[in-house]
Amino acid sequence: MIDTVDLARRIRRHAVEMTHLGKSSHVGSVLSMTDIIAVLYGCVMRFDPANTKWPDRDRFILSKGHAGAGIYAALAECGFFPIAKLRTHYQDGSDLSGHVSHKGVPGVELSTGSLGHGLPVAVGMAKAAQLNSTQYRVFCVLSDGECDAGSNWEAAMFASHHRLHSLTVIIDYNKIQSLGTVAETLALEPFADKWRSFGWDVREVDGHDHGQLKDALAPVKRTNDKPLCVIAHTIKGKGVSFMENSVLWHYRTPQGEEYQAACRELDVAGSDYA
Amino acid sequence: MRDTFITALLAHARINKQVILVTGDLGFGVLDGFIKELPSQFINAGVAEQNMTGLSTGLALEGKNVFTYSIANFPILRCLEQIRNDVLYHSASVNIVSVGGGFSYGALGMSHHATEDIAILRALPGLRVFAPCDEQETVGLLAEMIASPSPTYLRLDKSKVEGDCGERFVPNRLRKMREGKHAVILGYGGIVAEALVAAEALSSDGIECAIYSTHTLKPFDAATLLLLASQYDTLVTVEEHVPIGGLASVAADIFLDAGLKPKRFARICLPDAFSSIVGSQEYLRKRHGLDASAIAAQVSKLMGN
Repeated sequence: MIDTVDLARRIRRHAVEMTHLGKSSHVGSVLSMTDIIAVLYGCVMRFDPANTKWPDRDRFILSKGHAGAGIYAALAECGFFPIAKLRTHYQDGSDLSGHVSHKGVPGVELSTGSLGHGLPVAVGMAKAAQLNSTQYRVFCVLSDGECDAGSNWEAAMFASHHRLHSLTVIIDYNKIQSLGTVAETLALEPFADKWRSFGWDVREVDGHDHGQLKDALAPVKRTNDKPLCVIAHTIKGKGVSFMENSVLWHYRTPQGEEYQAACRELDVAGSDYA
Repeated sequence: MRDTFITALLAHARINKQVILVTGDLGFGVLDGFIKELPSQFINAGVAEQNMTGLSTGLALEGKNVFTYSIANFPILRCLEQIRNDVLYHSASVNIVSVGGGFSYGALGMSHHATEDIAILRALPGLRVFAPCDEQETVGLLAEMIASPSPTYLRLDKSKVEGDCGERFVPNRLRKMREGKHAVILGYGGIVAEALVAAEALSSDGIECAIYSTHTLKPFDAATLLLLASQYDTLVTVEEHVPIGGLASVAADIFLDAGLKPKRFARICLPDAFSSIVGSQEYLRKRHGLDASAIAAQVSKLMGN
């Protein structure tokens, strides 16, 4: 059994290192969703790193593609490719692009980067599972800001209409988007009610509480045939004190003293980086 | 051609259970036979083209050969980024079928005039671009989409070349529709019928025009085009499309790459403008200088008559 708390810490540390080496942005977005990713890859999803096309594997789509560093880190930690490859992120000649890409990266199902694309494709995968009577689950992580995009609501309607119960959406609800707060940009509230009114089951959890995440995402027998939306209340930049709840860290790359300080907060004795 | 396409698709879908037809809530009366016979291979995505294209990508990534279906610009422009990022970057087996190329829905207004589609879609890597002029080509191109399930755009015109004329359709080959020794006219879609009428008129004036259907605009049969350019002094493209990025541009690019400059090379097409004037396809062709008499006049003038 994987220690998901340790996996999350390792993903966070990789994310800081990757964005430091590549001088890239979006570290706050990675840290925000890290616990969700750690729980999914650590104890919820079925997959086989040696057989990435295993037909019964669970499908994962990161619709908020700008947090790709977190997925690359999770995949490397799970054995899809060597951890050393992470150091090429965002570098000249690398296939680990800033926004998540499937080309040359085992384990990535879908390349994203333009927001609002992931859920429609996840819906298609879930519809295929229904048509083929196969049992895999489809997980799709959305940012809160990307819920501004109408394509998500087209897909949300389709998923409930077609009773795609194998589909689970997890929203990284850190309440900060590109230029400011979600509330002052385009208010999503009442957010849970929106999803319920679109015909979804909704669970609200603390997106950094692994127990709550495991409980919400566990492959238990569902009592109905609705798709599931897990609204995970999160903190942007979670795990590095000065990055938390700051829109600045949507863009800023950890360098110099800030990089050193982030490492001190994330490093523990015995880790690769400590 | 629309009915021919659906009938042929149904025949393929009966045998190939991976074929899925996804409509954007259009096809009233046309899709009934398919829906009735193969309900599990049919999805109405509703008026939601972005989701239609995204979910079709998801279906295709799970092994389906998907046909999205709508009219004019709806299955291509609203969801252009889904075509680019989702379908094409993942080489997903999604075939985009648009009924109503050019001015097929001319009276419905500018929103329904599909007159820039070839330029826009031809620019996208990994997308085949097909535009048949008659039923034989429609059936033949569909067979290609079934046999080789890579992403494709199929532009179906409301007008067509009637009957059974021209050479037999061969995939990826320009198709000779009429013999002629003085000039060659190339076109795609229903406007080839106008070119054929123009050729008859020119014939009575002693000008014999060969006509070729360029049903496959990408990949393009450059070898045959270059052969024609070496055989004819006069080469004319005709298309119900804006001047930018259409068949004329395809030919010009091929000549540029080959270092070839045809003696007389001209294009007959729409202006770089939207048409606020509406009307039947026949009327709008005449209005914009694309009908048979305008084509004949332009070719005659080009040849110095």
